[in-house]
Order: sequence, then structure tokens, then C-alpha cells
Amino acid sequence: MPAVLEVRGLTKTFGAVTAAADITLDVAEDTVVGLIGSNGAGKTTFVNLVTGYLKPSAGSILYRGRDITALTPRQVTRLGICRSFQSPQLFDSLTAHENLRVGVDIVARGTGAFASSAAGQSPGEAVEAMLRRFQLDAYRDAPAGTLPEGVRKLLDIAMALVVKPQVLLLDEPTSGVSSEEKFGLMDLVLGAIRAEKVTVLFVEHDMEIVRRYTHRILAFYEGRIIADAPTAEALENSEVRRFVIGDEPGRPQEKPC
Amino acid sequence: MRRLDRTTAVLLGALVALLALGPVLPKWAVFLVTVALAKGLVALGLLVLMRAGLVSFGQGLYYALGAYAAGMTVQALGVGDAVPMLLLGTAVAAGAAGLLGLLLARYRTIFFAMLSLAFSMILYGLLVKSSALGSTDGFNVVPRTVLGLAASRGGIYGLAVICCFAAALGVHLLLGSPLGRLAPAIRDNELRVEYMGASVRNAVHLFVVLAAALAGLGGGITALAVGHIDPEMAYWTTSGEFVFVAILSGTGSPLAPFAGAILLELLRSFAYEYSPNTWQMVIGGAMLLVILFLPAGLWSVFARRRRAA
Repeated sequence: MPAVLEVRGLTKTFGAVTAAADITLDVAEDTVVGLIGSNGAGKTTFVNLVTGYLKPSAGSILYRGRDITALTPRQVTRLGICRSFQSPQLFDSLTAHENLRVGVDIVARGTGAFASSAAGQSPGEAVEAMLRRFQLDAYRDAPAGTLPEGVRKLLDIAMALVVKPQVLLLDEPTSGVSSEEKFGLMDLVLGAIRAEKVTVLFVEHDMEIVRRYTHRILAFYEGRIIADAPTAEALENSEVRRFVIGDEPGRPQEKPC
Repeated sequence: MRRLDRTTAVLLGALVALLALGPVLPKWAVFLVTVALAKGLVALGLLVLMRAGLVSFGQGLYYALGAYAAGMTVQALGVGDAVPMLLLGTAVAAGAAGLLGLLLARYRTIFFAMLSLAFSMILYGLLVKSSALGSTDGFNVVPRTVLGLAASRGGIYGLAVICCFAAALGVHLLLGSPLGRLAPAIRDNELRVEYMGASVRNAVHLFVVLAAALAGLGGGITALAVGHIDPEMAYWTTSGEFVFVAILSGTGSPLAPFAGAILLELLRSFAYEYSPNTWQMVIGGAMLLVILFLPAGLWSVFARRRRAA
């Protein structure tokens, strides 16, 4: 499979802190990749770098062979890379419907008004379809600011998907969602996203979620990638077990002294 | 869709009613309504900005530019018809905003408000210092014709009503368009707007130009109606009055600024009539009541009743 995203020697330092240290990797088209690592390992920095929110200190990012390193989030989004947020970024005074409509409008304007009608969908229908796909119909006319956190999380992801990305980065889609609801939420989200053949990279702390939904894992530790492998293999990696998951089989537990 | 029809219908109704009232109203009322409509246009521009979360304390800049450009159309160009005067006034104000917007569109909240105020006070200073433009006295603006007919108070009134109808309808259509729907999104979360692929700065720049064009048109109409212009039009208290009208009216409908402006002019006239020394207190008291009891403006009374129905 061809690489949709290529990262070469990506480095980002904040003063003395290195949030990304010489990261090099390829992401194959039409895959689901898990980004794991403890807090402060550089996962969100990676998402911010790829989407143009942060400018790297060194290195480059290529999307389908095109250098996107110096682009802004808006330009990156227009090319087809979008993201969701750990803390939902919504238009709080607008309804769920209106929130999504903003994205549909922007896409329609960007590709010519006929692009959406050629697909047989009016802007209004596109919004309704997205609401149904994320099971948000019931909240259609409620202001986003009044919605429960789990619903806001879903709407946040729907808003990233509604602008028709080809690569989607999800920053902790299950944070703030109860453990019983996590699998249902991920089934819903990945079902909706994968129906559009979108390549997904998502930040996740729950290894059961990672094991079930990802093809591949990128494990971060102190800004470096310590493992880049198919999911099962990466979860057996000794460094990953030591630095990310927190236990290493066959090694005596370190006793606190 | 039904809502669009309703607002358009109300606008058409207001157009017909105001045009029909023209010949019936007493002279003072024709003058009052013309000036109020002109100020309503400036407040309409503020409505667009306020939807995007921006308040400009410097709309007097464009108001004065529109008035002075309309005046210069007669004085310098020798064109005495009201329509080209208004067109030039609108164009000059929009052009100025096109330039200043390059800077203004980078700022938000109090910084946007203060920067727009600063620009308007620079123009005030320039006008006061320029003897060619009459310095603090300003100069008289007397249109010779309105659409080819001999200029009259009624003709200017009719032209003002038609301009306001066109502007209100235009803003109504804008608010229902993708660009208009972007305004509250920008107010709520600029980061997300950018991450959905739209340029916040370009949209804000457009809103600034649109608001300026409306203010310029309002300034031109005021010049025609009053027959005289002076630098006070660019002074900060004038700009403050526009913000006052916009807050009094609310951002609920493109009709609201006009209703609010007419109400304010009436209130001011009667307050001045009955308590000439304390009329500002009456206006201030009215503003206080609106802020306390109708925080979304006078228009929210109608919106509330509609929701209840």
C-alpha cells in the first residue's frame, strides 16, 4: 500500500524540552494506526505538527508526496488531513445541526457548489446523513454547549469527518467517556469513518481499545518513537511494555524502596 | 425556509408602509425617520459584526467618510444627483475599510474595538484641521436632484427607505448564506473554523468592509437629509451612539436596527422636548432598562412571542 503520510526527521523543541525527536515514519493508506505513550510522550505534539498547528524545529511532513511542513491548519485541512480534539472544539451557541452545516458549507464552497449535488446530496441532506451516522439525531436542535460530554465528543469527531478528510487524526476519542461506553463509541466512530475509507490515526491510552481497533501502533516515549509495528507485535515489544503499558512479563516488578 | 419568507414579507410590508406614510407624515417626522433610517443602516452593519463577535467603536469613521464623499460629489465633481452621491459615499467608505481591514481583521474583542475607535479619531483630527473641508464647521451639502427629479425632503425620504429595504434584504440573505452562517461560528470558536478549512481573517475582513459600506451609505443619507456635514460625524460619541442603537435593537433580525434607531430618535426628540436639561438621563435610563430586562435587545420581545406561539 502506498504511503499517504510520510514524516522525515521531525523534531520539535520547546526550550529545553524535546517534544518530538527525529521522528521518521510512513503511514499506509486505508489503515488504522494507534498512537500510544504516557502523558507528555509527544502524541498530541505529533498531531499538532502534522496538522500545521505547530511548526517543527526540523524535519518535514509529506502528504501524498507533497511537502506540507510549512502549511497552516486551514491549508492542511483543505488538502484532506483533519483532526478531532481531546477537549471538543465546538460552536457552543449553535445547534448540532448548525455545527455540522458550517463544515458542509465550507466543503461545498471549496470544491464548487456542484460537487456535493453531483454526489446526489444537498448540503442539508449531507448534514442529516452525518447526524444519523453518529446517532446524533436526538440532539439535532440542541445548542452544542448544552450537550453531555460524550455527545460533544461524538459531534467533535463528526465535525472533523464532515469536511471530507482522507486522513483523520483523533486526539483521545475516548477520554472522558466511561469504560462501559468506550467500545460502543469506538464501534460507532470507526464504523462511520471507515465507511469512507479514511486513514485514521488515533491517540489512545486504553490498550484494549488499541488492540481491538488498530492495525498498527506508533509508541511514543519522550518525543521518540520507540516502536512502529503491527499492533500485536508492538504490544509485545519490551520497550513498549516497560515505558508505555507499565509492566514487562518475565521481569521482576521493581519494588519501591 | 419559512423564516426567510417571513422576514422578507415583513421587510416588504415595512417598505410599502413607510413609502405610503411618506406623504402623510408631518415634516418633522419625515426628517426624523430619514435620519433614523440612516443611523439604522450603520447599526445594521454593526449587527453583522456583532454576529461575528466583534464590536466596532469607530463606525463614525465610515459614516463621516460616506457623508464627506457625498458632499464632495457636489462640491468637487459638480454632480448634484442624490444617487451618485450615495454610491460614491458607500464606495469610499468600503474602500477605506478594504485597506484598514488588512490590519483590523487581525484583532478581536477590545483590541478590535479600540483600533477602530483610534482610526475614527484620526479622521476626526484630519477633518478638524483641514480648512478646505470647512474645519470644525464642515460645509453644506445640497443635492439638486433625486433620480433626476427636483430634490425634496420627500424624495430623499423615499430614497432612504428604498436604500434601507435593499440593505436589510441583502443582509437577511447574507445571514442565511454560508458566509453569514460562518459569523456565529467565528464568534464561538475560531480555531475550529480554521480546522474546517475556512479563513477566519478573510471572513472578518469581508464583514468589516460590508459594515463600512452600510455606514458610508448611512452617512451619505444623513448628509442629504440634514444638508450639512461636520467632523462630529467621525467623533467617538457618534460611533458610540451606533453601538447604543445596535445593543438596544439586538442582533435578531435585519429589521431590528431600523426599529431601534427610529425608537431612539423618537425617545430623544420627546426627552429633549419635555426635559431639555436632563434628556441624556432619559436615554441612559432606557438603555439601562433594556440591558437589565431585554439583554438580547428589543427584538427579543418578538422572537420570544414567536417561540411561545
